[in-house]
Amino acid sequence: MTVAQQPEALNFECETGNYHTFCPISCVAWLYQKIEDSFFLVIGTKTCGYFLQNAMGVMIFAEPRYAMAELEEGDISAQLNDYEELKRLCLQIKRDRNPSVIVWIGTCTTEIIKTDLEGLAPKLESEIGIPIVVARANGLDYAFTQGEDTVLAAMANRCPDQAPVAETDKNERNAIQKLLNFGKKKEEVAQEESEYVDHPPLVLFGSLPDPVVTQLTLELKKQGIKVSGWLPAKRFTELPVIEEGYYVAGVNPFLSRTATTLMRRRKCKLIGAPFPIGPDGTRAWIEKICSVFGITPKGLDEREAQIWESLEDYVKLIRGKSVFFMGDNLLEISQARFLVRCGMIVHEIGIPYMDKRYQAAELALLEKTCKEMGVPLPKIVEKPDNYNQVQRIYQLKPDLVITGMAHANPLEARGINTKWSVEFTFAQIHGFTNARDILELVTRPLRRNNNLKDLGWDKLVKEEAKI
Amino acid sequence: MKLAYWMYAGPAHIGTLRIASSFKNVHAIMHAPLGDDYFNVMRSMLARERNFTPVTASVVDRNVLARGSQEKVVDNITRKDAEEHPDLIVLTPTCTSSILQEDLHNFVERAQLEAKGDVMLADVNHYRFNELQAADRTLHQIVQFYIEKARKKGELPQGKTEKPSVNIIGISTLGFHNQHDCTELKRLMADLGIEVNTVIPEGACVKDLQKMPQAWFNLVPYRELGLTTARYLEAQFGTPYVDITPMGVVETARCIRKIQQVINAQGADVDYEEFINEQTLYVSQAAWFSRSIDCQNLTGKKAVVFGDNTHAAALTKILSREMGIHVVWAGTYCKYDADWFREQVSEYCDEVLISDDHGEIGDAIARVEPSAIFGTQMERHVGKRLDIPCGVIAAPIHVQNFPIGYKPFLGYEGTNQITDLIYNSFTLGMEDHLLEIFGGHDTKEVITKGISAESDLNWTKDGLAELNKIPGFVRGKVKRNTEKFARDRGIKDISTEVLYAAKEAVGA
Repeated sequence: MTVAQQPEALNFECETGNYHTFCPISCVAWLYQKIEDSFFLVIGTKTCGYFLQNAMGVMIFAEPRYAMAELEEGDISAQLNDYEELKRLCLQIKRDRNPSVIVWIGTCTTEIIKTDLEGLAPKLESEIGIPIVVARANGLDYAFTQGEDTVLAAMANRCPDQAPVAETDKNERNAIQKLLNFGKKKEEVAQEESEYVDHPPLVLFGSLPDPVVTQLTLELKKQGIKVSGWLPAKRFTELPVIEEGYYVAGVNPFLSRTATTLMRRRKCKLIGAPFPIGPDGTRAWIEKICSVFGITPKGLDEREAQIWESLEDYVKLIRGKSVFFMGDNLLEISQARFLVRCGMIVHEIGIPYMDKRYQAAELALLEKTCKEMGVPLPKIVEKPDNYNQVQRIYQLKPDLVITGMAHANPLEARGINTKWSVEFTFAQIHGFTNARDILELVTRPLRRNNNLKDLGWDKLVKEEAKI
Repeated sequence: MKLAYWMYAGPAHIGTLRIASSFKNVHAIMHAPLGDDYFNVMRSMLARERNFTPVTASVVDRNVLARGSQEKVVDNITRKDAEEHPDLIVLTPTCTSSILQEDLHNFVERAQLEAKGDVMLADVNHYRFNELQAADRTLHQIVQFYIEKARKKGELPQGKTEKPSVNIIGISTLGFHNQHDCTELKRLMADLGIEVNTVIPEGACVKDLQKMPQAWFNLVPYRELGLTTARYLEAQFGTPYVDITPMGVVETARCIRKIQQVINAQGADVDYEEFINEQTLYVSQAAWFSRSIDCQNLTGKKAVVFGDNTHAAALTKILSREMGIHVVWAGTYCKYDADWFREQVSEYCDEVLISDDHGEIGDAIARVEPSAIFGTQMERHVGKRLDIPCGVIAAPIHVQNFPIGYKPFLGYEGTNQITDLIYNSFTLGMEDHLLEIFGGHDTKEVITKGISAESDLNWTKDGLAELNKIPGFVRGKVKRNTEKFARDRGIKDISTEVLYAAKEAVGA
């Protein structure tokens, strides 16, 4: 069977960058929960505070370990001394919360007034005795999930560069390991070690919920691969050792600065693989890591097939349907690749920023998947223009639009199904185990429609669309 | 710099955007970095808007930092003008553009040369004003712009409408129960035989603004939004305004009497006393409720009130004057308008609290341990932590405060809604109390609330057991009073006897 005429390679475009996304400071919402002994101080204005307060919803009431250092007119006009002001606030945080690290999030305002956060931090750090990590996660430079990238890139520089030699030290550093081994005899521990193939140390990077960390770690263990550490760890004091020559692999598509830092500053070798999103991605991710270490993967065929089988009831709902990504969180390429494998047709992949080197393997897999499934290669639109996109959506009439909340209700009112993209960043979507969760989200509007289909209420606006 | 976890009023540009997107066919363009268009999410989510929020950003990125916006803002304005043909485009500065100090006025003038619609720069300084002040200023700015425009063209209609008529000023998007209030006010005006000339800004067309001088008077239901506009119209056209919020039975009557006076002074001959009487006694249930046994049980119960000026002041008066509830303190986060608040409520509460620091408010609630709280979503969460019921009466609010059902706070139906809100808050507290008395909950071994760590006093087993029988919402206070009593008399061990001796000593 010959495949219908289609472009040979992926088509990249770049629009105006007039699109809706979350401000990258939103990364504090999930990172403060992930890194349990941290405190995030966002140095910005009321605008930043208002965004966080509203975007984080009920989390705000749970006395989160984050706060605004709200800049006042005196700070802007330099009538107040930055250093003294930050010192006052950080001492207050130290007194009230006693964190192991304070992360300063630089914002648009600190960029424009050129506050030298990187310069102030080491000085203040030695004065108050708490590590201060600076991440410039601002809306001038970055979108949404890239905030995590800037924080992890800064954290990468804080990872210890030498594995402690003495056994006792090792135990102290690796508190979790100690807990897991609690009660086991020495021989048993040694036996456990022997379950792994002898390979150079591997450190994974990307913040994931703890259950997903466990799942992916176990998935690699099945192949005899040991995960020496994870950036970030549950606690700042448990950041992994990263020595020159270690191997690193990313679990999320938006971590290009972290990858660069690990390669250039920490002299690590990056394993460029597709990301473990969807069973196809997870398998490709494991295979790539195995191939780097010269391991022949075992049992992946069956594992993948078994997962696909369990997804069939959901895949049935979306097979042959079309999807349009407006783009706001950089997960789009991996998601699109998975959905193509599920039998969907992808019209357009909007994406805030496209690092073709870091995502190379993922892009190659997308291209390969499209060819294998016999669907046209999607258009990848970097820095999209939401207005233009909405016009294209009206023309293409996709079955599903994956978009931000600003457009979701207005599109629904015009009879276009939407899925709110931010949910993908907070849901567990990595590994074999969570493939169903992605489809649970993707199919939800379609399942809702099946329930309401006889009611005939699909277009609920009187006038023409306006943005 | 100030350490802040929570804010009651948003940044200035939110106020401007609320006004711009309340009007029909007005587009706002924010001069802002990526991600600052969060307003669109709020409007689409909280207000469940079916239409796209007419707000776009002219994105400030590295290039803009290096070279200035140059053509970008102008291009974005003219592009939007061509795409959507809005009547007006409001260029909205943000905190970022405030410090960039670009000449936005110049951009507006240049864009105006090309744009078919009107273009205006919202005159709001981010570091001086908050959301509410900015909304008030922007509304005034837009009204003034169109009045002057019409005057210049000689299109300003002369004279008043034939029948008494009113402009309702200050109904806006994302306002607390504004849509329902608007319906209720229109209904009230219809009942009073007053024509509604315009309602602004919600749903209004800028072309209608020139009709505003034809109204006999202006009604400004909310203290925070619309007064500047009403004062401007008074200065320009001598149109009187009524700024009594018709919230609660007494205030609604006062508002209607004021309207009567204002329109009779212009030659109408109306007497609303009969209407007020009928509504108060038989239509609204609130007056009857005040007399009923239910409300009698609320007499002297303690409450605290916190919110914006309008709602906190009105609720304080309702609680104290119409229900006989003891308002221990009433507070507002509208610090810029604190004098007005003090003057409104001081005779109806023991103490007035002016603050926008949620920690201070939380502490003040813990200190007085009221039976119910009336506040914002933040106070609701304080209440959750302290086990005190809370009725939400003001923004900041969540999606559950945008009910689909008809729930006005203003007018006679509003009095019914508020009565339910207040009574339900207290009954929940009473039910809780009864449960505790009859041991419906697990016995709590530890008293978590209001415990002083360095207490040198020892509660005996029976004393502690007795203390635990005391309903949760007064237990902390009883504990403290007893400990004070014991300390004053040098008693080391607190038994049941001491507990009751203390109770008698206080006369509680």
